[in-house]
Amino acid sequence: MEHYSMNLTLKVWRQKNTSDKGRFETFHVKGISSEMSFLEMFDVLNEQLIEEGKEPIAFDHDCREGICGMCSMYINGRPHGPWHGTTTCQLHMRAFKDGDTIVVEPWRANAFPVIKDLIVDRHAFDHIIQAGGFVSVNTGNAVDGNALPIEREKADQSFAAAACIGCGACVAACKNSSAMLFLSAKVSHLALLPQGAPEKKTRVLNMIAQMDKEGFGSCTNTGACEAVCPKEISLESIARLNKEYLGAAFTSDKV
Amino acid sequence: MLNSKIPPGKLEEKWTDYKGHVKLVNPANKRKLEVIVVGTGLAGASAAASLGELGYRVKAYCFQDSPRRAHSIAAQGGINAAKNYQNDGDSVFRLFYDTIKGGDYRSRESNVHRLAEISANIIDQCVAQGVPFAREYGGLLANRSFGGVQVKRTFYAAGQTGQQLLLGAYQALERQIALGNVTMYTRHEMHDVVVIDGKARGIICRNLVTGELERHFGHAVLLCSGGYGNVFYLSTNAMGSNVTAAWKAHKKGAFFANPCFTQIHPTCIPVTGDHQSKLTLMSESLRNDGRIWVPKKQGDTRKANDIPEEERDYYLERRYPAFGNLVPRDVASRAAKERCDAGYGVGTTKQAVYLDFKYNLINKYGKAEASKQGIENPDTETLVKLGKEVVKEEYGNLFDMYEKITGENPYEVPMRIYPAVHYTMGGLWVDYELKTTVDGLYALGEANFSDHGANRLGASALMQGLADGYFVIPYTLGNYLAGEIGTRPIPTTHEAFENAEKDVKDRIDKLMNIKGKQSVESFHKRLGKIMWEKCGMARNEQGLKEAIEEIRTLRKEFWNNVRIPGDIKEMNNELDKANRVADFIELGELMCLDALERAESCGGHFREESQTEEGEALRNDDKFMYVAAWEYKGESNWQLNKEDLIYEEIKPTQRNYK
Repeated sequence: MEHYSMNLTLKVWRQKNTSDKGRFETFHVKGISSEMSFLEMFDVLNEQLIEEGKEPIAFDHDCREGICGMCSMYINGRPHGPWHGTTTCQLHMRAFKDGDTIVVEPWRANAFPVIKDLIVDRHAFDHIIQAGGFVSVNTGNAVDGNALPIEREKADQSFAAAACIGCGACVAACKNSSAMLFLSAKVSHLALLPQGAPEKKTRVLNMIAQMDKEGFGSCTNTGACEAVCPKEISLESIARLNKEYLGAAFTSDKV
Repeated sequence: MLNSKIPPGKLEEKWTDYKGHVKLVNPANKRKLEVIVVGTGLAGASAAASLGELGYRVKAYCFQDSPRRAHSIAAQGGINAAKNYQNDGDSVFRLFYDTIKGGDYRSRESNVHRLAEISANIIDQCVAQGVPFAREYGGLLANRSFGGVQVKRTFYAAGQTGQQLLLGAYQALERQIALGNVTMYTRHEMHDVVVIDGKARGIICRNLVTGELERHFGHAVLLCSGGYGNVFYLSTNAMGSNVTAAWKAHKKGAFFANPCFTQIHPTCIPVTGDHQSKLTLMSESLRNDGRIWVPKKQGDTRKANDIPEEERDYYLERRYPAFGNLVPRDVASRAAKERCDAGYGVGTTKQAVYLDFKYNLINKYGKAEASKQGIENPDTETLVKLGKEVVKEEYGNLFDMYEKITGENPYEVPMRIYPAVHYTMGGLWVDYELKTTVDGLYALGEANFSDHGANRLGASALMQGLADGYFVIPYTLGNYLAGEIGTRPIPTTHEAFENAEKDVKDRIDKLMNIKGKQSVESFHKRLGKIMWEKCGMARNEQGLKEAIEEIRTLRKEFWNNVRIPGDIKEMNNELDKANRVADFIELGELMCLDALERAESCGGHFREESQTEEGEALRNDDKFMYVAAWEYKGESNWQLNKEDLIYEEIKPTQRNYK
């Protein structure tokens, strides 16, 4: 692969804290290698800002290998940038060319208030999991792992849904800021396994109620979430969620 | 002086016996006892959830925005368990033996045996939680092999095993949070342990959003804060992984054991330039199917696919016919370094070797698929196509990750890989109960030193983290807390809390007032360079002595010239980093001191002065059969305490993977 170097203009959202109004600031970076990751390009920019005596740009990041779900930049109008099935930390600069202008914003959603610059508060996701995204089994209760055979296809589908990293790109991409793809991934993961069966009904009802409480919008099935999901969680999860929800709503004692 | 509190009796009965006689806390009293858990990776999340289930009042802390993001999530390949589902001769004893041998006879027999005993329960627990492990067509759990062993005992979920296990523990933790048994503090970093009358009674932490310092009381404190690989700047650790919690505990009296035992993982994506911020692992599981080679000719510039079979040197298969590509990590790393140093390296930097899947793609998977589908005499192209599909299922996400980072397609051309810092076997010294040398202060998972000796085998970190959290601490902590049921919560206005908070505040003020010229990052990079060159894959007396001097100079410069923009009472990522790097610098010095003192080679610690004729690590059991537990005595001043390692079951020998 041929490597090249580029000069870029960056328009980045700056916001001191949650109550600050925020604004775009423009920066220029030079000599960016096509081998760098997008966040390494931000490292270069931040070092430059520190050198100039300015405050570096705050952004969330941790594992930098696409699995922790911490990084969360909205790049040129798309969560995690132009590459399909890729987190911001795995986006590399060969996706851009010399002279490009790149616009970087935080996730925008009522349920995800901005904490500083590009960092948002995603506690709402944890609250949704608290509402039922688990199997109620205490440590020490388990039977032998092979006592419960699981159809391989089901296990694979469950795994595909469980691959969700909880980054929130689905919410950021949705015009209604709906958390349906996130929620449906967890519901699918557990609904596809026999271990999830005993709490099947309460789980889906409670998690949806919590999602509404957190201030996420409704799902209108436009599929923007699926298109940007770095783990390629499928819209089928939402279909499965709807099926689970209807089933639970019609038969639950709670309703 | 050091009492490891190993229970008496036969090795295989110690843990059962311990559990049968350990003190218990009744349910009503558990409600009155508060436990602090720092870190929410596999060890922390599993401990916090399990203790919450038991009824303790738990407070858990992490520096990330959610406990689900701890770096355990990045573990790829798998988790070991002595289930013997494959009928291939596995047993608790085998897992115990492999782990002791893999660790080059520098771990405690009793702890490792307990780990092997517990391993099977972990798999059961995780399955019950709904962890979607890989399965065979019959619906039963699948296994694969890892380095340093000759059985298939590794359970996995594609290349995302750590993620799935952590989500299982995270979900259990969130359930306890919802039930009110655990209070979660995210974006919090621990800055000190509060010790009152010789017992750990709380922590001081900084709220990373507001910048405020907070005081938290606990009847006991559990550090599950992970390893310190980031002392090398470049490692496979997450950017935020740090030693601060463990280091602060060390300075408050917890001994730090075997700090120089660092694992350099053989298969990582090579460094491309100075901009590099971290290194990415390519799972060891790939060595099941990938063959490692370099050209037989020095400085060969041909493309990998243009080099004919007979001109390739499969050096691991050549040197270690019994284990081949599946030798332990330390052995594989040194062998790669040896070839590159001798001028056989590949790629632009010549600091890389090939990891090639072509052979197994065709011969193992392609042929099996063809046979399954009844295709007779398939041509190579068909075999490649069929093989690819299987490989995609097994390791798809890893291949995609490789392609995103390098721009090369590993299904077509071999991966280029090179060793990188991955894990630290050293850590806080703990006894059999996982208690440090400070009463009431415990260390779990990678943060402690206990189970992996001088080299950890693949797929054993997840096993140890979860063993400590799910199945060890719920018993051993009770043994301590049973004596604390009469202790009322100590108000955080106590002078020990006041003083600890003042120390933290003073240090932060001092850092902010330096107003120097160099960024935190630049100091971290310089520290990493010293550590990698002089305390990395190969170490010698002269280099280590130089490194200690260089680190001392660097520390002075840091405290005189670091520049931290922004304010204290706000979110300030540079200040967070500065606090961590200041501790890494101090730790770096201790690592070099430990490496200097241990004038033998063992596992990942390779002293050039101590090697066999064939260049293998040469132990000196007469002089170094001990755990080096360092006691902090003041700036650049440590006292060495030794815990002798006594082998009753296994007779240490020169490790042989040939």
